[in-house]
Amino acid sequence: METVVFALLNGLIYGLLLFMLSSGLTLIFSMMGVLNMAHASFYMLGAYFAFTLGQSTGFWFALFLAPICVGAVGACVERWGLRRIHAGGHVGELLFTFGLAYVIEELVKIIWGKFAVAYEVPAELNFSLFELYGAQYPAYRMFMLLVSITMLAGLWYLLKRTRIGLIIQASLTHPHMVSHLGHNVPRIFMLVFAAGCALAGLSGVIGGNYLVTEPSMAFSIGPIVFVVVVVGGMGSLAGAFVASLLIGFLQTFAISIDANFAEIFSFAGLNPEGDLGRITISSLAPMLPFMLLVLMLMLRPRGLMGEREF
Amino acid sequence: MTDYSVDLVPDLAPSSQYKFATRVLPLLLMALLLLVIPLLEPSRTSLSLLNAVGINIVFALSYNMLLGQAGMLSFGHAVYFGFGGYAAMHAMNWIETASYDGGVWAAFPVFALPLVGFAGGAAAGAVIGWPSCRRAGVPFAMISLGLAELIAAAGLMFVGLFGGEEGITGDRMNGVEAFGLSLGPIGEVYWFIAFWAFAGTALMYAFTRTPLGKLAQAVRDNPERVQFVGYNPNKVRYLVFIAAGGFAGLAGGMSAVNYEIFTPESLSVIPSGLVLLMAYIGGARYFAGPILGAIMLTYMQSNFSDYSEAWLLYLGLLFIGMIMFAPRGLAGLLLSAVSGIQHSLTVKSLLRWGAYCTAGLLVVVGGVTLIELAVRRSNGFGEVFEPFGLHLSPEQVLPWMYGGVLLAAGVGLLTALHKVGEGESK
Repeated sequence: METVVFALLNGLIYGLLLFMLSSGLTLIFSMMGVLNMAHASFYMLGAYFAFTLGQSTGFWFALFLAPICVGAVGACVERWGLRRIHAGGHVGELLFTFGLAYVIEELVKIIWGKFAVAYEVPAELNFSLFELYGAQYPAYRMFMLLVSITMLAGLWYLLKRTRIGLIIQASLTHPHMVSHLGHNVPRIFMLVFAAGCALAGLSGVIGGNYLVTEPSMAFSIGPIVFVVVVVGGMGSLAGAFVASLLIGFLQTFAISIDANFAEIFSFAGLNPEGDLGRITISSLAPMLPFMLLVLMLMLRPRGLMGEREF
Repeated sequence: MTDYSVDLVPDLAPSSQYKFATRVLPLLLMALLLLVIPLLEPSRTSLSLLNAVGINIVFALSYNMLLGQAGMLSFGHAVYFGFGGYAAMHAMNWIETASYDGGVWAAFPVFALPLVGFAGGAAAGAVIGWPSCRRAGVPFAMISLGLAELIAAAGLMFVGLFGGEEGITGDRMNGVEAFGLSLGPIGEVYWFIAFWAFAGTALMYAFTRTPLGKLAQAVRDNPERVQFVGYNPNKVRYLVFIAAGGFAGLAGGMSAVNYEIFTPESLSVIPSGLVLLMAYIGGARYFAGPILGAIMLTYMQSNFSDYSEAWLLYLGLLFIGMIMFAPRGLAGLLLSAVSGIQHSLTVKSLLRWGAYCTAGLLVVVGGVTLIELAVRRSNGFGEVFEPFGLHLSPEQVLPWMYGGVLLAAGVGLLTALHKVGEGESK
C-alpha cells in the first residue's frame, strides 16, 4: 500500500513534468509539422537560466524570467533558422533541430561547465509538507504539482476559450484562410514555437532542481518526450496528457517493484538461470517507454488519441 | 505509309565511353589510391587513422543507402553496425577455440570475418526492419530512435551476448591465414581494411545500379507512383533496409578485426548520430558524398579533439551550416565549384567567389576565436589561446573584441553579398 501511494504521487508529478515538456512539443508539431529534436535542450536551458538568474534575482523572479528568456531563444531559432529551411521539407527541419541539440549542449558545457551546477530547491519550499507512512513528503513536489496544474489549466483556457486560441487553432488547420483574413501566419508560427519553448523552459525551471541540472539532462529526457508525443498521438494535447501520466506511472511503478525475472520465471515454472533471469524490473524502467513506443507504432500507429496517421 | 519513326529516334543510352568514365573509372582510381598509399610509408598513427577511415567509409555508405537512396531517416543505424561487429567478434573467438580444439570454425580465415558481420547485420535488419519499415518519414525516424535506445539499454543487460560494459575482446591472429596475411602488424591490417573498404564500396555502388536500387530511388521521390506502377513501397524499403543493415554489419566486422574489442557503446545513439552527420555533411544525394564525409569527420574526430575541446560544437555548427546553406553537402559544393570553373569563369564570378570565401573565412576565424576564448575562460586554468604565435588571453577584453569584430564583419559581408545576389537575379 505504502509503495503504491508513493509511486502514485511521484508518478503523477513526473508525468505532469513530462506533460509540460510534451505539450510544447505537441503544439509545435501540430502547427509546423516539425518534430523538434532540440526540445529537451530548451528544457535544459530553462534550468540553467533559472540557476543563473536565481543567483541575482532569487527563485521566484527566475520562475517567470527564465521561461521568457528561453522563449526568446526559441523565437530567434525559428526566425533565423527553421523558417529559412522550411521550404526544404520536414527532413531538413528534423535534422536542423537534431544539430541544434548538439550545439546547445556544447554551448551549455562551455558557459556553465561540464559538471552539474548547484541549482537547488528554494529555501522557502525546502520543508516537508506532511508525513505519510512515517516518511516525510517534500513540499517542493507539491509545488511542482501546483505549477503543472496551473499551467495545464492556463493552456487549456488560452487555446479553447480565447480569441488567440481560436486563431492558433485555425492556423493549424487552415493557414491560408487565416492569412487571407489578415493575420500574419509566420509570426503566429514564431510565437507558437516560442511559447512551446517557454513551456519547456518552465518545466526546466521546476524540474532542474527536482532532478539534476547537468549538460546531459537534455539527452536523458529528450527521447522520453518523443515517446510521449508519439504514444499520445502526434498533435493531440489530450493524448499527450494521458501518455505523460501513463509513462510517469509506468516508470515510477517499475522502479519501486523489487523483483527480477528469476523470481517471475520460477513462479511460472521456467528456468530462472541465465542472463534474462538476472534482470530486475527496476532496471527495465528506462526501457519501458521505448517498448511502449515500438508496440504503439506497430499496433496503433496514430497513437492513443491522434486523429490522423502522421 | 512509310515507317520512319524508328530510325529517327536518337540513341539516348549513354555511350560506353561515358559509362566507363562515370561508373568504372572512379572505382579503379579508388583501388589505385588504396594500392599507392602503403608505398608512401605512412606512420603508425596515420595507418590507424586510415583504418578508421576505411571502416567509416563503408558504414557511412551503408547509412546512405537508407538516407540518400531510399529517403529513410534513421537515428539507429549503429545497431546493425553493432550486431555485425558482435557477430564477427564471437566468430573470432570461435575461431580461436577451434584452432586448439578443432571444429568447423578452424577452417574459417579471420580475413573473411566481415562476411560474418554482414550476415549478422542483415539478420538484425531483417528482424528489426519488419516492424519499422511499415512506416516511412518521421514515424520511421521515431521508431528507429526508440529501437536504438531500447537495444542500447539491452546491450548492457545481456552480459553473455554483449559482454557488459567492458564488451568482449578477441585475438585476430588465429586460424587460417588468407593471402599470407597474419593480420598482426598494423600494416597488414591496412590491407585487410583496404580490401573490404573497396569491396564494400564497389558492391554498394553496384547495388545502386540494380533494379532494386533504382526502385529505392523511386520510392524516395514518389512512393505513391511506385505503388501505382505495381510495387509495394514498404517491401522495397524493407529489402533496402536489410541490405543497408548488412553493409553496416560488414563495417562492424571490419571494426571488430581492427580494434579486437567491441563494447555496447558502439550500439548506442551516439555513433548513430555521427554516421548521420557523416552522410549528410558529405552529401547524401551523391554516392561519393558519404565517402567525403567519412574521411573528413574521422580526420576531425582524431585530430581536432587534440587541439580543441569544443570540437563537437564545431561539428554541430558545421552540420547546421550545411543544412542551412549547402543542403547538397560537400560533394554538392565541390560539383558546383567544378561546374562554375567550367562554365562561367569570368572576372566577375571570380570576384564574387573571392568575396564569398573572404566572408566565410572571416566568420570562421571570428567564431573560432570567440569559442576558443570561451572554452579557456570556462576551464578557468588561466590558459591563453595562442594561434600562430598570437597571445590572446581570455581575461582581457581586446581579444574578445577582435573575435567579435571579425565575426560581425564576416556576417555583414555575407548579408551584403546575399542582397547583391538577390538584386541581380531579379
